[in-house]
Amino acid sequence: MIRRRVVSDYLVPAATLLGVLLAWEAATRAFRVPRFVMPAPSAILAEGWDWRYRFLGHAWVTLYETLGGFALSIAVGVPLAVLIVYSPVLRSALYPLIVLAQSVPKIAIAPVLLLMVGHGEFPKVIVAFLVAFFPVVVDTATGLAATPPELLDLSRSYRASAFKTFVKVRLPMAMPFVFAGAKVAITLAVIGAVVGEFVGSDKGLGYVILSATSYWKTELAFSSMILLSLMAIVLFGAVSLVERLVCPWLVPTVDE
Amino acid sequence: MIRLDGVGKTYRTRRGDLVHAVEDVTLHVAENEFVTLVGPSGCGKSTLLRLVAGLTPVTRGTIAIRDEPVREPFADVGFVFQQPVLLPWRSVLDNVLFSVEMLGLEPRQYRKQALDLLELTGLAGFETKYPRELSGGMQQRVAICRALLPDPSLLLMDEPFGALDAMTREEMSLELLRIWEERRKTILFVTHSIPEAILLADRVVVMTPRPGRIARILTVGLPRPRTMEAEFDPRFKAASEDVRGLIFARRGAR
Repeated sequence: MIRRRVVSDYLVPAATLLGVLLAWEAATRAFRVPRFVMPAPSAILAEGWDWRYRFLGHAWVTLYETLGGFALSIAVGVPLAVLIVYSPVLRSALYPLIVLAQSVPKIAIAPVLLLMVGHGEFPKVIVAFLVAFFPVVVDTATGLAATPPELLDLSRSYRASAFKTFVKVRLPMAMPFVFAGAKVAITLAVIGAVVGEFVGSDKGLGYVILSATSYWKTELAFSSMILLSLMAIVLFGAVSLVERLVCPWLVPTVDE
Repeated sequence: MIRLDGVGKTYRTRRGDLVHAVEDVTLHVAENEFVTLVGPSGCGKSTLLRLVAGLTPVTRGTIAIRDEPVREPFADVGFVFQQPVLLPWRSVLDNVLFSVEMLGLEPRQYRKQALDLLELTGLAGFETKYPRELSGGMQQRVAICRALLPDPSLLLMDEPFGALDAMTREEMSLELLRIWEERRKTILFVTHSIPEAILLADRVVVMTPRPGRIARILTVGLPRPRTMEAEFDPRFKAASEDVRGLIFARRGAR
């Protein structure tokens, strides 16, 4: 049983990936595809290895922008959701604004932001935040509103204060929703940081992709992209791990 | 202990229509009495429970508990709903302690009593389990323990066994009776199961819908403690025919 699971969960996808890479390598060699059109996986790997020390610095910048934007999206998004759920006036005041902010293409905001707050990492943090905060607000608000009415009645029948009910019932009840939003937000924050870097920067993995393509160094752009995906996967995994630590009741103790 | 006099509750729906959920209900419940409210959906029995709990204000009439008019929830009451609504992140023991915690009492001082209650309801050994590891019936037992822990003199139960399968349901009714024999309190119990209403009650309040009002109050003369055998007693059969007659006669007339 366990062996079958290892095969289906790890070996099959690993073999598929390896097969795709081999086919890719073979195709680029067989058809003599120019490396600036489609580099072979081996060339991408070699270029990435050459760049390993320089990548470290760029990856750090992008990571820092992503985490900054993500942290802001949680710090702003969760309280905003609380306000929306608790106050009907604020809900009608804020909700249209939030939806409006969401509907503006972030790639269009980025150059304007750069004008407003100047260069450096900060505007990228803001772009990452703007891209990431919407799912946090919506999911947290949904979670807070989903408290079973019986639990709210129960709290009221014990004459518990609204604050106590929030801390002991509503917020923990909404935690799975907050994490659902956070998981979407962390991957969006990576996109936001790269979009910010595209618009104007001299550091970061997004900058590396942009400058590599302008010099026809497609292998470098590819290795930078792979690094970005790896970063997004690791960050997503980290949020999932925190979720397991914060909400252990969501993880089944017995494997069914 | 509880006095409802000429109680009425009128809702306004979103479309602006008036709904008379409860009309002209007068009911006096004695200390430690077990009263069941039975009737079809929409007869206002759950609304009545919420009114007594002070969760919604009455439109007309008065409700008093120990001569104290009910204007807001009061601390000396326990509530059990159709769904157990436990907190999924808390262990069984911590779920039971939730009630005293919300009441602003010190949970540590109630640990022993909470464990005793779990023992009484056959949940000993499950203290550290999460609710989702428990069956529906066990979860509802936890909800009952939670309601009983502050030792309220009044217990309001809104179809507490309605979501359980028929076999668990019978078992739970008998168990509730056993608990009640051991720790007497006044119980107001809403159900739409006629046998359940009769098996449990000292008095059965039969209600009819639109508007929700009392059709009749029947006194159940069956001896206590009651067992499943009570259902074969001719008095049980007579009572259930009475209740059935009251509920369905009205439907037939329409």
